[in-house]
Amino acid sequence: MAAKTLFEKIWEEHVVREKSHEPSLLYIDLHLVHEVTSPQAFEGLRHSGRKVRAPHRTFATQDHNVPTTDRSKPITDLDSKLQIETLRRNCAEFGLKLFDIGSREQGIVHVIGPELGLTQPGMTIVCGDSHTATHGALGALAFGIGTSEVEHVLATQCLWEERPQTFEIRVDGKLGIGVGAKDLILGIIGRIKTDGATGHVIEYRGAAIEALSMEERMTVCNMSIEGGARAGMVAADKTTVEYLRGRRYVPTGKEFDALAARWLECRSDDGAKFDRSVTFDAATFAPQVTWGTNPGMVTDVLGSVPNPAEIGDKQQRETVERALTYMALRPGTKIEDIKIDRVFIGSCTNSRLSDLKDAAGIVKGRKVAPTVHAMVVPGSQEIKADAESLGLDKIFREAGFEWRESGCSMCLAMNPDVLQPGERCASTSNRNFEGRQGKGGRTHLVSPAMAAAAAIAGHFVDVREWQR
Amino acid sequence: MQAFENFTGMVAPLDRANVDTDQIIPKQFLKAVVRAGMGKGLFIDWKRNPDGSENKDFALNKPRFQGASILVARKNFGCGSSREHAVWALHDAGFRAVISSEFADIFHNNCLKNGFLPVTLTADEVEHIFRATGDYEAYRLAIDLEKQTVSDDFGWTAHFEIEPFDKKCLLEGLDDIALTLAHEDRIVAYEKGHPLPHRFE
Repeated sequence: MAAKTLFEKIWEEHVVREKSHEPSLLYIDLHLVHEVTSPQAFEGLRHSGRKVRAPHRTFATQDHNVPTTDRSKPITDLDSKLQIETLRRNCAEFGLKLFDIGSREQGIVHVIGPELGLTQPGMTIVCGDSHTATHGALGALAFGIGTSEVEHVLATQCLWEERPQTFEIRVDGKLGIGVGAKDLILGIIGRIKTDGATGHVIEYRGAAIEALSMEERMTVCNMSIEGGARAGMVAADKTTVEYLRGRRYVPTGKEFDALAARWLECRSDDGAKFDRSVTFDAATFAPQVTWGTNPGMVTDVLGSVPNPAEIGDKQQRETVERALTYMALRPGTKIEDIKIDRVFIGSCTNSRLSDLKDAAGIVKGRKVAPTVHAMVVPGSQEIKADAESLGLDKIFREAGFEWRESGCSMCLAMNPDVLQPGERCASTSNRNFEGRQGKGGRTHLVSPAMAAAAAIAGHFVDVREWQR
Repeated sequence: MQAFENFTGMVAPLDRANVDTDQIIPKQFLKAVVRAGMGKGLFIDWKRNPDGSENKDFALNKPRFQGASILVARKNFGCGSSREHAVWALHDAGFRAVISSEFADIFHNNCLKNGFLPVTLTADEVEHIFRATGDYEAYRLAIDLEKQTVSDDFGWTAHFEIEPFDKKCLLEGLDDIALTLAHEDRIVAYEKGHPLPHRFE
């Protein structure tokens, strides 16, 4: 039998119908739903008199719009309130499980899926959100879809998909001290650029990937879309099995052992062929900071803002010039000399317990710079509770951080957590697009440790200096 | 879905690469619970200056490009967020097709679900169109989906590729949910062989 990639195994297992020159009809094991990209899909179902085909494979939460301040108070933004109430009504009408505001399970959809054990190796997983690739960290094929496709999956539990190409990104060796998963993925995107993986499913492999914890793998897979990829995945291994053991939607005892044995087959066979492959040496990655308006505009913390005058290609030069104008950065400015106004630690990229521990380790016993407004938004209520039981909230609060309720928050700023025009933010989120965190806001993407250090110093610093 | 019909329309140039869906339609417009009316948010942060006044330098604000129904942009158009609102906004603002040398995957899919045509041409062909929108007033292109061509009034023609299945769905305006449900027997058979994961009940 021919050696197969992890992607091929999952794809072939889920084909319901296949015909040459047509997309394949794929079965979807798990559909995650949130309040922003679903109202029009449910409306479509109602309009055509259709039901949700597999309500037990469909789970919803409220995350994009929710306030992160005191939840006992009413939601003041009436549009957000309507959207949240609409999801509540839709879940009740169509018989879907909703992890609502106020429940212990509420959180960012890509945080709670793995946390509850809904995300499992070998599954096909979709959600109306481009960061669905996060779930690929557990050896699943997970990708983002639009609202029409959300409606399609609700109605049929299937999707028509063109078979994507496969892309092996191998990272050999060992990451240096103070260099984390976020630095790795930002560094990869800087090298392959934001369209480097368009039309592809990435499998991250190699010693540096295998050494990552489950949560770190989620950070890497999460930003696959920022390289243009349809999905990102990591083979299931012992780390995956141990992560899932004991989680709410995972069986126990002998059933677990049987399942775990099957999960461990969710890896590419030796000798499997990828359509494309690149290899990087982990030792070449340093802490990363973005300087521009897409995640590929990134450099080492000890680097400088590029000089457009040195770029030969006219289109590329103009793109960099426009980015620097928006970011109000002068060519050649040292990254460490960039002063910040805000710090946001959160998002589906970096809001998990290990992220908060990393940041707290830097913050402990120090104070946020007086010119900086800093906040921590845990990814889920469970993470918030766990962090509080470890006393992390106290460390952050004593340093001058705000400690908030869970949600997407200032990653996309649909709720009241918004940058003001001209404000500059060190953010652990995934997108530095113009206006992403608020109109006129300037975003620099970094790791949780780098964000925490910047909050203390008031400007970017090489966090490795603090960890030696 | 509304079927796609061949048409001839004016072209508006958006001379940028990596146009992300956050720019096409910013977050505040994502709070809607209906599809209609998204056009008012299209490129709104580029259309307006920081003080709220109109940005006269932005191509889509220029009088000569008013009424355009074809947008041309540089590579990696529609990257970022999966928001289908981006396609709804373009459509609502009167566009029926976008031309670029490369589209982001999710945006490309979303176009096809809305009878909206993403036309992929080579970077040189895209450059030709950009030049022509500068050289001629009201530069027009005719899009023929059956023949898979775009052509101007001066004899220039370019061929584009599209998956046969996507082409058929667009031309016939097929409801792909109905199409899928025609395979109900296969879905049922698949489900029989693949029970719900333990504890999902």
